[in-house]
Amino acid sequence: MAEHHDRSGRRLVLLVPYLWLLVFFLVPFLIVLKISFSQIAVAMPPYTPTFSLSQGWDGFVAAFRQLSFDNYVWLTEDDLYIRSYLSSVWIAFVSTIITLLVGYPVAYGMARAPSQWRATLLMLVILPFWTSFLIRVYAWIGILKPEGLLTVVLQTIGLLSPDEQVRILNTTTAVYIGIVYSYLPFMVLPLYSALEKMDASLLEAAEDLGCHPLKAFWVITFPLSLPGVIAGCFLVFIPAVGEFVIPDLLGGSGTLMIGKTLWSEFFNNRDWPVSSAVAVILLAVLIIPIVLFQRAQQRAQEREAG
Amino acid sequence: MNRGASWFNVTSVVLGFAFLYLPILILIIFSFNESRLVTVWAGFSTKWYVELFRNEGLMNAAWVTARVAFVSASIATVLGTLAAIALVRFGRFHGRTLFSGMVYAPLVMPEVITGLSLLLLFVAINFDRGFWTVVIAHITFSMCFVAVVVQSRLVTFDASVEEAAMDLGCPPAKTFFIITLPIILPAVISGWMLAFTLSLDDLVIASFTTGPGATTLPMKIYSQVRLGVTPEINAVCTILIALVTIGVVSASLVTKRQEVERKRAEAAAVRADEPELA
Repeated sequence: MAEHHDRSGRRLVLLVPYLWLLVFFLVPFLIVLKISFSQIAVAMPPYTPTFSLSQGWDGFVAAFRQLSFDNYVWLTEDDLYIRSYLSSVWIAFVSTIITLLVGYPVAYGMARAPSQWRATLLMLVILPFWTSFLIRVYAWIGILKPEGLLTVVLQTIGLLSPDEQVRILNTTTAVYIGIVYSYLPFMVLPLYSALEKMDASLLEAAEDLGCHPLKAFWVITFPLSLPGVIAGCFLVFIPAVGEFVIPDLLGGSGTLMIGKTLWSEFFNNRDWPVSSAVAVILLAVLIIPIVLFQRAQQRAQEREAG
Repeated sequence: MNRGASWFNVTSVVLGFAFLYLPILILIIFSFNESRLVTVWAGFSTKWYVELFRNEGLMNAAWVTARVAFVSASIATVLGTLAAIALVRFGRFHGRTLFSGMVYAPLVMPEVITGLSLLLLFVAINFDRGFWTVVIAHITFSMCFVAVVVQSRLVTFDASVEEAAMDLGCPPAKTFFIITLPIILPAVISGWMLAFTLSLDDLVIASFTTGPGATTLPMKIYSQVRLGVTPEINAVCTILIALVTIGVVSASLVTKRQEVERKRAEAAAVRADEPELA
């Protein structure tokens, strides 16, 4: 009896979050997939066909026959979409590399800081992550705009003549700055936790044996920090591909990113089927990095559990 | 790693933190600017804050946001903690791969996809959009963050304590409440806070899933930001930053103290055990 009780309790613990995620995470994707094969319609909801149980099996079959690949064909015909996908992946890739280059020295410095300082430094890295994403992006508008703070500062120190202004806002450069800035904590944290665990005696041994510090870094430190590098890169790259707020507020009309395209397809053109197709392709682009990320997470967890 | 910091290390940490904090500091400073221009300093003033509290639309949005964040964070904490327990303690069960996939995927899922897919679900089942749809959407993505935070605490603590209690006849539910929960409580609390701030910050998912009468603060800020930088927005942002900073700093102080007390209690327990062992 107790055993039976125990089992049903366990089942409940698992079932509640499982069902929640099935209904609100997995099923919605299936709906997106279905609507991506539908047609736009002047109705509410603005697509056809709609499946309804009242029409029975025949109604279901009839509705099923109406589904088509038209939206996907459309995505390949208008090169706006292809260019959006490619430029999203490229911008996310470049930003990830820059974030790694900026984040690595910071994480490295933190891992070498005196141990009584580390908790504070760690909190200082996490703190901006808690402040609103929107606010942090907004802060850059005031700095980067033509009559903004950067222009004023550069003019004051004489790097820019008084009649010149910086032209960064509404360019792809601003998008890079925004992504690197917003996602830096995601890069620093996994790097730090990988570097902090490292055994310093390895480097000492290398040095004692006459290895140049730079070479020791490449041969010892970097390979050992690789799990952190991989986790950090995934955490930056994957969400950056689908980023909306940064390209919308900092980028100009010339910066194509797929998150922005999806948003305007949905909110401005009100074309739900095409935005669903855009979402399906975006997910298809990201599914490989997402699965790799998940594997890496699982492995890390298993290692920790021993 | 502990080898002492070189000049290079110090410089990179200082520059890194300057990069992280300068934009926020500038934003805060200019919220106290007398002038409407956001780049010219014209003297200290708190008038934008006063104006803020007279702005009814903004105040309404702030109230909606706070309620959404509170309700969704609380439910997400329960669901996320259950998910973490299932992942860490249940070993291999049927459908585990799918389950862990659904827990990790929302962490990196682009918000536009999550938002769009949830909206399409609500439309398909004819669910009226508004406060509750935003709450459901926020629970769904923030419970996964809670699960990851609680999970990392669960894997580091010794399951044998739980097993001992159950061997002595303590029912599983009671074991959870008197043994497991107190130990993982710091993680549960920080999971709640994380869920709360995630909900507070979210623009994209809320924009998709909201309905009439449920405009959240980020949506309000976003629509004004598109029109340009204003000191009022700086003031709203400053208040939000202050609230979050106070919350995070005090929470981390509390967990730190708990940790110290726990270590002391453990040390005392070990000392008490020793004569028996000898």
